Amino acid sequence: MGGRVKIALLLAPAVGVIGVLFAGGLGAAFVQSLGYMPAIGMNEWSLDAYRQVLSDGDFLDSLALTLYVSGVSTGLSTVLAVLAALALRRSGGRVSAVVFQLPITIPHLVAAVGIALVVAQTGLGARLAAALGLIGEPGDFPALLYDRYSVGIILTYVWKEVPFIALVVLASLRGVASELEEVARTLGAGAWQRFWYVVFPVISPSVVAASLLVFAFTFGAFEVPYLLGKSYPTMLPVMAYDEYREIDLAARPGAMAINVLIALITGAVAALYLRLAGDLGRRRG
Amino acid sequence: MDGAVGKGSRLPDAVLVVVAALVALPFVPLVLWAFAGEWRFPDLLPTAWSLRGMGYLFEPGGGVPGAAFNSLIIGVATAAASVAVGLPAGMAIGGYEWRFKGVVIFFILLPILVPPLASTMGVHVTFIRLGLADTLPGVFLVHLVPTVPYTALILAGVFAERTGELEEAARTLGASAWQAFLRVTLPGVLPGVAVAGLFAFLISWGQYVLTLLIGGGNVVTLPMLLFSAASGNDPVITSALALAFAVPAVLALVLALRVLKPGGRADLIGPGKV
Repeated sequence: MGGRVKIALLLAPAVGVIGVLFAGGLGAAFVQSLGYMPAIGMNEWSLDAYRQVLSDGDFLDSLALTLYVSGVSTGLSTVLAVLAALALRRSGGRVSAVVFQLPITIPHLVAAVGIALVVAQTGLGARLAAALGLIGEPGDFPALLYDRYSVGIILTYVWKEVPFIALVVLASLRGVASELEEVARTLGAGAWQRFWYVVFPVISPSVVAASLLVFAFTFGAFEVPYLLGKSYPTMLPVMAYDEYREIDLAARPGAMAINVLIALITGAVAALYLRLAGDLGRRRG
Repeated sequence: MDGAVGKGSRLPDAVLVVVAALVALPFVPLVLWAFAGEWRFPDLLPTAWSLRGMGYLFEPGGGVPGAAFNSLIIGVATAAASVAVGLPAGMAIGGYEWRFKGVVIFFILLPILVPPLASTMGVHVTFIRLGLADTLPGVFLVHLVPTVPYTALILAGVFAERTGELEEAARTLGASAWQAFLRVTLPGVLPGVAVAGLFAFLISWGQYVLTLLIGGGNVVTLPMLLFSAASGNDPVITSALALAFAVPAVLALVLALRVLKPGGRADLIGPGKV
């Protein structure tokens, strides 16, 4: 058996599954977004759905909200994760690894429900505030669910993704030469200077790569905003789902166009991530 | 080695306590509510306890055991199939050098990075035509989309660490290629296979929207029940369901940590795919 044939045969099942179910599905979504659905008598190809979606105020509101939620979730998670990893880098690695693994394992829905029971107006936080005499009625507590600023969604994402980024940072911190930090210290560098000039250049590629993954994920995820988001505007994946569920099948191309746009944006972020990850791999040798 | 940069302060311990408390925070109301009989605002703790939530979970005629069974069946089938599909791919990626490897890795990674919502809505029409929509096998098939990339990549990492020396020794001693694979390679990668299978199970177990789209409400899994409870107004039932949904995930983590060596590729787990 030739080497090339062997490799092809080994790859065939995985590439086949992803090719048919994922790439095929994306292709079908693209075709439907062009208005071509012979099954329901739509035989014309057109870009109408894209024209409509891109000039639709609802879509633009959704896009802005989605960028805001994934941007803020990613930024907050990254900063907190780097701080936590720096503080914990010298403590028992095993313990912090287990503590960080837990939220990664917990399904998003469970996290969302737990966070909601903490920050709701009758939740744990409001009860504590009442016990401290800060509020009297549940209504006095700020509305953090289904709210303008999507606080509940962002908190859920931060709770879920900080541990992921922190584990990546902890792993890359092992590549920081402590001798170098020691030299910088003897030369009179302060804590901030040591971080900025010695530690940060080593960990920044992994930090950026992990943040890109989190951004792509929060941009395209459905469950948390579906459960904790307000009804208008909704995040893009929820909007696509709602359009898809429309009984009027004429809304289908629109739903698919939103899907294709989500795939394009997350795909671009993915390409950026893979380029960075590839560079990282080469540098590690 | 510790004193190199650290000031020997207790700061890390204090931070670890704070981090652990924040990680535990959402579970506090979940556990309290699951066993609460009465818990009015502004009481800090329930004023009465009850087993209503637990009773709901285990009610023989109720929907929960059936949904848990569906989740389990789909999860186990998905894990087994993803490992079967991911093992040869992992072997090709981790064990051999060939052209266009980067392109193939990009292709296999794509469903992790691009949300599978779009592709699933795309295949839905075809699934309806093939009679796969609203069925367990249909849901199982779409669960392969987010799981196969993980099993393939985890196993690629496992194969990349093998040098092939043991296989060579077996071959020199007269073993056939197949015998060398079965007796040497397979036992060597078994821990990695177990971890890959556990992750695939976890990802399938946590799936909501793919099941919703393809199962169309006919295939009821635990997250379906949890979602409708969470949209309603009974925190006792919602919390009991959330715990029932989270516990097997935590068990799988404990198992995986036993198999996985410390400092394993955390970045492969991805940002909360579960």
